[in-house]
Amino acid sequence: MNERQPLLSVRKVETYYGKIVALRGVDVDVYPGEIVTLIGANGAGKSTLMMTICGSPQARAGQILYDGEDITATPTHEIMRKGIAQSPEGRRIFPRMTVMENLQMGASLVAAEHFDGDLKRIFELFPRLKERSSQRGGTLSGGEQQMLAIARALMSRPKLLLLDEPSLGLAPLIVKQIFEVIKELNRTDGLTVFLVEQNAFHALKLAHRGYVMVNGNITMSGTGAELLKREEVRAAYLEGGRH
Amino acid sequence: MAAGTPTAPTASNRPQGAQRALEERGDMPPAADHRTSMAGSLRDAATAAFLVFVLGFFFLGVRSDIAPGGLTLTFRWGLLAIAVAIVFGARLLLNIFVFRTARPLTQRMGGAISAQGRAFPNLGKWLGRALFAFAVILPFFFTYFFPGRERQYIDLAILIMTYIMLGWGLNIVVGLAGLLDLGYVAFYAVGAYSFALLAQHFEFIGFWTALPLAGLLAAFWGIILGFPVLRLRGDYLAIVTLAFGEIIRVVLLNWYEFTGGPDGISGIPKPTFFGLEFVRGEGGFADFFGIPFHNIHRFIYLYYIIFILAIITNLVTLRLRKMPVGRAWEALREDEIACRSLGINTTNTKLTAFALGAMFGGFAGSFFATRQGFISPESFTFLESAIILAIVVLGGLGSQIGVVISSIVMIGGIELLRNLGFLSQIFGPNFEPTQYRMLIFGIAMVLIMVWKPRGLVSTREPTAVLKEKKRIGADMVAQGEGH
Ligand SMILES: Nc1ncnc2c1ncn2[C@@H]1O[C@H](COP(=O)(O)OP(=O)(O)OP(=O)(O)O)[C@@H](O)[C@H]1O
Ligand SMILES: [Mg+2]
Repeated sequence: MNERQPLLSVRKVETYYGKIVALRGVDVDVYPGEIVTLIGANGAGKSTLMMTICGSPQARAGQILYDGEDITATPTHEIMRKGIAQSPEGRRIFPRMTVMENLQMGASLVAAEHFDGDLKRIFELFPRLKERSSQRGGTLSGGEQQMLAIARALMSRPKLLLLDEPSLGLAPLIVKQIFEVIKELNRTDGLTVFLVEQNAFHALKLAHRGYVMVNGNITMSGTGAELLKREEVRAAYLEGGRH
Repeated sequence: MAAGTPTAPTASNRPQGAQRALEERGDMPPAADHRTSMAGSLRDAATAAFLVFVLGFFFLGVRSDIAPGGLTLTFRWGLLAIAVAIVFGARLLLNIFVFRTARPLTQRMGGAISAQGRAFPNLGKWLGRALFAFAVILPFFFTYFFPGRERQYIDLAILIMTYIMLGWGLNIVVGLAGLLDLGYVAFYAVGAYSFALLAQHFEFIGFWTALPLAGLLAAFWGIILGFPVLRLRGDYLAIVTLAFGEIIRVVLLNWYEFTGGPDGISGIPKPTFFGLEFVRGEGGFADFFGIPFHNIHRFIYLYYIIFILAIITNLVTLRLRKMPVGRAWEALREDEIACRSLGINTTNTKLTAFALGAMFGGFAGSFFATRQGFISPESFTFLESAIILAIVVLGGLGSQIGVVISSIVMIGGIELLRNLGFLSQIFGPNFEPTQYRMLIFGIAMVLIMVWKPRGLVSTREPTAVLKEKKRIGADMVAQGEGH
């Protein structure tokens, strides 16, 4: 798999919030068709990396390549039109708009002819959303909101899906459902997924490869199975049982 | 579980359910205690009346006038007695029906109205249609049923319609895009002055040629304002737009050579009907159609102009709401970061909202100029912005029919005050009720906000529903319910 060109390549990226450094030279590669996960403690800089890929905030040093093209200084809304979609931390669905309208927002840059077909597929993946299609986003349960956030991202027909902690605050059963959907999308549609997770056990089991981030640095990387076996990973992220 | 059943409300947003729960509190069993007794209510009302007597003694009861040879005192016991009686009566009624009852009337009213809304979900639609139908025939209705006073009524209708249009224009910016604009009157002024100045300097420019130009210029100024405030939201945005509105007014006031300063501009041409002027005699509108000349024709014509302009504003807004840009406005109001992460260009989205809102303000402005025939900076004060904003907020942000209702209530209400002759009998011949309009505005706003915190029409119509053929289940067919 690795002899191909990476779909997303993050090279020596440094990101600052004012004077505070959040990323200290991060290298991450995501190849087409892969599920790659990034795990790390609270405040490690995972969300920052995800947002830096999307161009807000922009990297102060280093380079981000998408499909071979340098997008380090591209404005956010243009990056998101290149086939990258994101389900941001905290879901950020539109609370006063209905489920349908949220999905339409996701599809706003896609030719209208795809809409009905895409919608059908989304409702197959998340039957709950179909039941609730006319309900306002803000009144959905946490799990349903997360499904909606992912579904909304998928409506833009991405090649690369960025997910920031989709399991946050959800019951184990729902987490399992959502991870199933990610796996399914990856297997049948060949969707490339970059997944930020606290739930290290599930994430590493799902992912082809994983990275561990500590304090703005990538400290370990390898296949999901490898990382799961590593003593440091087990001690830091798995013992104490989140699974 | 059926779709649409409200689930537990989240803390971050209060859905309708919260308000409904409040309204239904009225169903609680009455807590019979001394607070609800009649004697208590009477005592309380008497206390209030006594307070008014003491306070009002010197303010209302005794009046000093400067007369030759010193001050003269006049005593107005009747006025004082009326004030005391009003306070006593009002306080007693409030005690009985609102303050000291387990089921306050206000809650019952609110409950009844929202229950109606639930029972007839299409009420808004039908109300809209009825109002539209009435607006179409309005001039003829008044000429037929109120001969002699039709001019006054049609004039009022024109005024209300202007505010409806302004409200709809501002609704794009504030209601849909969620950008709190306190300087909307600036665009109204730009529209009015564009037309007035163009007409002053170029012979050939009439209302119909100036209208699109005025709209364009206003839209241009909308973008000019939009750029510096792109990164601002909420209160900061409000302050800057407020300043912008004042700047425009101050410039108009002080740029004497160009705008005529405080003297304003007069002699603004009247609109023509395909080149026909509304004048007596040869070549006029009446002459051309072979009908007797009447002054009212011009007013009816003006009414239809503003009516059509307003309807265009409404149709454009309704249409855009269903298109990507309109949906982007609403999404922007909800969550700017999410918008950007969906690939929406928030800069352009905001600027289009500003520009479009400003354009409709500009149209309304040039209509205002042609109707008045004279404009001066005095017509474009902050108060005007405040009234338009109040109309939008009271109507329920983003609601089109809400704007109509609150325009009728607020503008019509003020006009009604002017005609309440008995008020001057109570408060003396110098009493000018319209001077109290800010007070009445304030009271109306507080009352509406207490009663309906999210505006008169707080439900938001979704722009999209799941299109799917209803399949008739066997069980329903058996019961004859399929359709
Ligand atoms: N807008 C901001 N301004 C200043 N500092 C920030 C900002 N956002 C994040 N940080 C800081 O950057 C560091 C990394 O934050 P980030 O949100 O990327 O962590 P994370 O790995 O996603 O953590 P979590 O798992 O808790 O979501 C933290 O120390 C945080 O305080
Ligand atoms: Mg995070």
